[in-house]
Amino acid sequence: MRRLSLVALLVVALALLAWAGFAPLEVSSREEPFEIPKGTYARRMSGDKVDILPAQIRLTLGLNDVLLLRNLDEVPQVFGPTIMMPGQSFRLPFEKAAEYQFACTAHTSGQMTIVVDPEPVTPWARIKWRTRHAWDKVGEKKTK
Amino acid sequence: MKNTAVKNSTMLRGFALLLLGASLAATAVAKASEFKAGVLTPVMAAPEIRLQGTDGKPLTLARFRGKVVLLAFGFSNCGEVCPITLATLAGARKKLGPAAADVQVVYVTVDPERDTEAQMKKYLAVFDPTFIGGVGTRAEIDVAQKSFGISSSKIAGGDGSYTIGHSSSIYMIDRAGGLRAVMPYGHPADDFVHDIKLLLAR
Repeated sequence: MRRLSLVALLVVALALLAWAGFAPLEVSSREEPFEIPKGTYARRMSGDKVDILPAQIRLTLGLNDVLLLRNLDEVPQVFGPTIMMPGQSFRLPFEKAAEYQFACTAHTSGQMTIVVDPEPVTPWARIKWRTRHAWDKVGEKKTK
Repeated sequence: MKNTAVKNSTMLRGFALLLLGASLAATAVAKASEFKAGVLTPVMAAPEIRLQGTDGKPLTLARFRGKVVLLAFGFSNCGEVCPITLATLAGARKKLGPAAADVQVVYVTVDPERDTEAQMKKYLAVFDPTFIGGVGTRAEIDVAQKSFGISSSKIAGGDGSYTIGHSSSIYMIDRAGGLRAVMPYGHPADDFVHDIKLLLAR
């Protein structure tokens, strides 16, 4: 009976692995949105060392390869290649896997890194992407 | 009976209008996503610059209404980033053929201490004689840099010389003077051609 349970568990684990490696990856949107909230500049000016955006953003080609930044603050904010006026959004697509360094006034360090990973086309890459994606989701839930 | 037919027809028209609205909205979103460059929405007027142009005339962006303007910042002693950017923009204009007549490249110096009008003109002509440089006093250049969020910093060399680290994006301004898109450094000429054609078609 115990052996049967182990075999069943193994079959389920293998089926899960096969699904993770071979099932096509699907996302609802290729955009990865971030917001610079209202009052960010004022908080910083009052001495609050607030980091609104993560120091590193990870994107994946073909899945979430479009960075969408919204400036909800009352002052212009510089995000790497551009300046965003209050209320403006900046939608930046990526087509090459690489590490990009950008200046960003929304960071206390003034710097932001965007890592763009290649599209996960091999089974192993898909498994890795699904695992990281699930891990990130758990992290998001914990911080909420 | 007639009333019901009129009601149905009104409802159908309303439905058709709704569909049209939805399809137009979807097209607008799709158009924004067609760009290779980063796209700014809503579109706002590009900040004005007031400098001296290397064509001998005062340089403002308003001068080029009706054309697509590619605006970038750099300096003539730049050893790496600026030559690549300028060669890419020159290549894009060549690929555009006759449509290039509606495209103006404006290159503003971040090194007003060394970049005189004559020096900048000579430098830009190596890439494309139609390129117009922007020069001015340190204070005037600072204003232009600030309005476009351009950072620059001097890096001292051992022998008293210096180079300058600076923002290297190319701002894409439409025919009406709206700041539409920003191309980060490193994109090939074909990406510029692609986006310029989108802007020229509007």
